[in-house]
Amino acid sequence: MKLFIVNVLLAIAWVAVTGSFSELDLVVGFVLGMFALWLIREQVGTAGYIDRSRRVVVLALVFLWELTMSAIRVLVMVSAPRLVMRPGIIAYPLKVDRDFEITMLANLITLTPGTLSVDVSHDRRHLFIHTLDASDPDGLKQSIADGFERKIMEAFR
Amino acid sequence: MIFATVLAGILIIVGSVFALAAAVGLVRFPDVYSRMHAASKAGTMGSGLMMIALALIADDVATATRAAAGVVFFILTAPVAAHLVAKAAYAVGYRMWEGSVVDEMADGEGR
Amino acid sequence: MSAAAAFLDFAVLVSLALLTVTFALAVGRVVIGPTLPDRIVALDMLVGAAIGYIAVIGVRTGYSLYLDIAIALGLVGFLATVAFARFVMERGRTEQDRRKALSGKEAS
Repeated sequence: MKLFIVNVLLAIAWVAVTGSFSELDLVVGFVLGMFALWLIREQVGTAGYIDRSRRVVVLALVFLWELTMSAIRVLVMVSAPRLVMRPGIIAYPLKVDRDFEITMLANLITLTPGTLSVDVSHDRRHLFIHTLDASDPDGLKQSIADGFERKIMEAFR
Repeated sequence: MIFATVLAGILIIVGSVFALAAAVGLVRFPDVYSRMHAASKAGTMGSGLMMIALALIADDVATATRAAAGVVFFILTAPVAAHLVAKAAYAVGYRMWEGSVVDEMADGEGR
Repeated sequence: MSAAAAFLDFAVLVSLALLTVTFALAVGRVVIGPTLPDRIVALDMLVGAAIGYIAVIGVRTGYSLYLDIAIALGLVGFLATVAFARFVMERGRTEQDRRKALSGKEAS
């Protein structure tokens, strides 16, 4: 977090020095600041910061990709002449335990193909997910655990 | 410029196709939970793509950043809204479609 | 340039037509229900379709101000859905319950 603030300060410094305050300049300054931090990573220990930012970006890209795929899947499903659905609600055992991470995971799950998070159990150990294809609950749980949950843990732990 | 114009045209057509798919899903799917799938995913995708098209046409940086902020806002709020409605509907006791195969929530809490 | 502009005009017409069908289908779901959450989801979808309309009209006229209107509408739609969800929660009874209670009263 401290390094993020340093990075933002570097970006503001870049904007001040170049003398043109626009969003694009701010982004350029941020990228340059990140590059500068990367150059001195051995001295101030920013390697973890860079690595983490890369993972956050990867997570965002995965998120957009999954959203596209799920929209296409809805498109395919509704244009099929016969609806083939086996909906159901499954209880997914959570490995992440912080509020922020559970929220992230629930949002990601809602925007991915065929799944929609309904509720979190009171002890926050299970996430209840409504799915359009509940013929293989265990396989679905496995794919969430290996996909999103691991990516979230990589990005924020 | 020509590229941006053509891309914006393609984006609004694709976006409205997704919106239409969401509405068809809303009509065809059997229960409220399944309908939510259609509305929250394809609907968000549709309005997001059309916002991006608007940003492409405007082609200045301030508008583009505002459009990006708007799209991020839609993507963040759509699942929250769907989740709230689903949770409320389930807690109050709206039942799922008879063809549903499994309900692991029934024997936990949440009712 | 003119070919691209002509394509954009065509795209605007096509997507306006598709959005009109979207709107009609969502209104149909609002009317037939059958339950309150169904109607809430359909209203949410209507807001999405309205945002689409605004964006397409913005593309057609070239006013980037429409973007702010679309964002504001999205915010209002989200808040409305949240409020509706709370209402469903607070009301606490489903249509099935109410019908059962009514028929029970008639039987007794």
